[in-house]
Amino acid sequence: MKRRTFLGGAMAVAVVGHGSSALAQQPPIKIGMSMPQTGGLAGGGKASLLGIEIWRDDVNAKGGLLGRKIELVVYDDKSSASETPAIYAKLVDVDKVDLLFAPYATVPTAPIMPFVKQRGLLLMGNFSFQVNSKVGHDMWFNNAPWGPADSWAASFLDLAQKAGGKNMALLTADQEFAQNLALTARDVAKKRNIPIVFDQTYPPNTVEFSSIIRALKAAKPDIVYVASYPPDSAGILRAVNEIGIGDSVKIFGGGMVGLQFAAVMSNLGSLLNGVVNYNTWLPEKSMYFDGTKEFFDKYTKRAVEAKVDPLGYYLAPFGYAMGQMIEAAVGATKSLDQKGIAKYLRENEHKTIVGPIAFSADGERKETATLQAQFRGVKDKDIEQFRTSGKQVILFPDKLKAGELISPFEAARN
Amino acid sequence: MDLLLGAVVLGVLLGCFYAAVSVGLSVAFGLLDVPHVAHPAFLVLASYGVFQLNESYDIDPLLAGLAITPLFFLFGLLAYRVYYETFERRGSDAGVRGIAFFFGIAFIIEVLIILQFGVDQRSVSATYIGKSWRFGEFRIPIRQLVAFAVALALTVLLAMYLSKTFMGRAIRAVAQDEEALRLMGANPVRIKQFAFGIATAVLGIAGALLIIVAPVEPTLDRAYIGRTFCVVVMAGLGSISGTLIAAIILGVAESIVLTLFGASWAPAISFAMLLGVLAVRPQGLLGR
Repeated sequence: MKRRTFLGGAMAVAVVGHGSSALAQQPPIKIGMSMPQTGGLAGGGKASLLGIEIWRDDVNAKGGLLGRKIELVVYDDKSSASETPAIYAKLVDVDKVDLLFAPYATVPTAPIMPFVKQRGLLLMGNFSFQVNSKVGHDMWFNNAPWGPADSWAASFLDLAQKAGGKNMALLTADQEFAQNLALTARDVAKKRNIPIVFDQTYPPNTVEFSSIIRALKAAKPDIVYVASYPPDSAGILRAVNEIGIGDSVKIFGGGMVGLQFAAVMSNLGSLLNGVVNYNTWLPEKSMYFDGTKEFFDKYTKRAVEAKVDPLGYYLAPFGYAMGQMIEAAVGATKSLDQKGIAKYLRENEHKTIVGPIAFSADGERKETATLQAQFRGVKDKDIEQFRTSGKQVILFPDKLKAGELISPFEAARN
Repeated sequence: MDLLLGAVVLGVLLGCFYAAVSVGLSVAFGLLDVPHVAHPAFLVLASYGVFQLNESYDIDPLLAGLAITPLFFLFGLLAYRVYYETFERRGSDAGVRGIAFFFGIAFIIEVLIILQFGVDQRSVSATYIGKSWRFGEFRIPIRQLVAFAVALALTVLLAMYLSKTFMGRAIRAVAQDEEALRLMGANPVRIKQFAFGIATAVLGIAGALLIIVAPVEPTLDRAYIGRTFCVVVMAGLGSISGTLIAAIILGVAESIVLTLFGASWAPAISFAMLLGVLAVRPQGLLGR
């Protein structure tokens, strides 16, 4: 840095500091987290972090929380479950953060759950799935809209059965999130007497999915439920397009992570058509709440500069919402006492830019707000098309529904 | 039976692709004894070069791969010279320090890619991506056929180059006895540098095949370290034809397991095969 630039910056800081002396006198409230900045989850991690950063900047512009500025302490967990335990131990013991946010996704979050429970720490979950089901930590609150564990699979199978689906194929990635999702899918299928005719788990780093799709096709399933992670979802859809999936398939998709990210959506283009997949936020009228539009105005500007997902629908507003909930809880309890904040979060409904959020005893949403949407009329190489409504027609939940399922899958691809 | 036949055909195609991404390592590690753990990172870097040309100028990925080949040759020359001057020339502990050096390069490449392109997946568009050829009920992805044909041609050409041309023979000679070559008046360092340039240049095409077969992301190199080293060691160090055979065996084995026995067993296959080959034939399938 040039000396003049440095001096200029220092003077600017001094001037700003003088103007907000109340903030400067108090140490900041430190919120610690790891976030995937590299590796397979980095696309989501960066967008999520930008959402949280926008919240931080908004709060600080309003004067902070309890008269203190918010400061984020963030480490890259490289999308790896093996990195997060040490990072969170450092955040708590060395960095002495006041509050913890979880990293994006199930895989990096799962291994820190025993740690936060043992230390009695509040953890704001960030789009992980069922990481608290076995741990049973009563200070865990997930920002994701999943709701009760089986609602995700149940909503997909509701659509499938209405379309005449009678048996199911299950294709899942060999990691925590996908396995948890598959587990609930198997449970729901069993309760409804839907036989599973193909049940395969593929390992991370699978290069080519043609062989797996060929085997899946040979099982002649009516319903294909896929739980995949970003690097794999594109490979699976390409193979489906090339190998074919068979006329028997009424519905395809369900739990494919990655099909919510602009780069992947743009890369796949028309290959997405017909797929019914979960989502969290889509640009439909019914999905705008107080502050949603203002948030996306800010996000869209900052995403270009930060080289992150230009749409940011999937995670970024939920990162902001996570901050809003903490803001409300700290504001209401007027303290950073983690037990008090947890009590407030558990007992109240919270207004956020992604809608009202209320938690069950397990820290997940009381009611599912997970969307099931079908891709339609998608063209190749056009990110902007996804900013308009109708490209992902919402089929579930009923109160947000924008159309009926087109089935069978092959017919919906045209 | 149809499933088995399909698995074998797709496995051969996948195997040839594995050969293409491994053949440069066969020269660098197999012939030159350079612990080139950055090979997969170079490969991913090449893929991003192909992506950039395809995205900006709509150049076919294979042509883009050809276009960046000379740049990669120069990059290889430079990388080897730095490695040689910094480590190899200084003595016996070049191996361990060399691995650290190439790990460092791999890490730097990852970071540079992230800074330039971000962390999202990138892929290319071409008329042969996303389509397939039908043979009755049987369908083969055209991108895999393209990868197969180009990989086969690349491997055969490199094998012919190393066995038929003067420079190719010099490279084999320096691999066999560097000191004898020096006594005959040749400069083994220059030959090794040239050979490393060739090993890196072929990554231009291999990188194009990588992004044709599947989307790439900055840390994809980690997925290929195991596979490429497995192929090269199983082939027998420095054997180009062995690389092709080992890669096809690996591809077929993976494909059959993925199709018939359950996908979760597939990663174990490469290492089980490697251990098996090393137990029965420590010098590899066609080792020197």
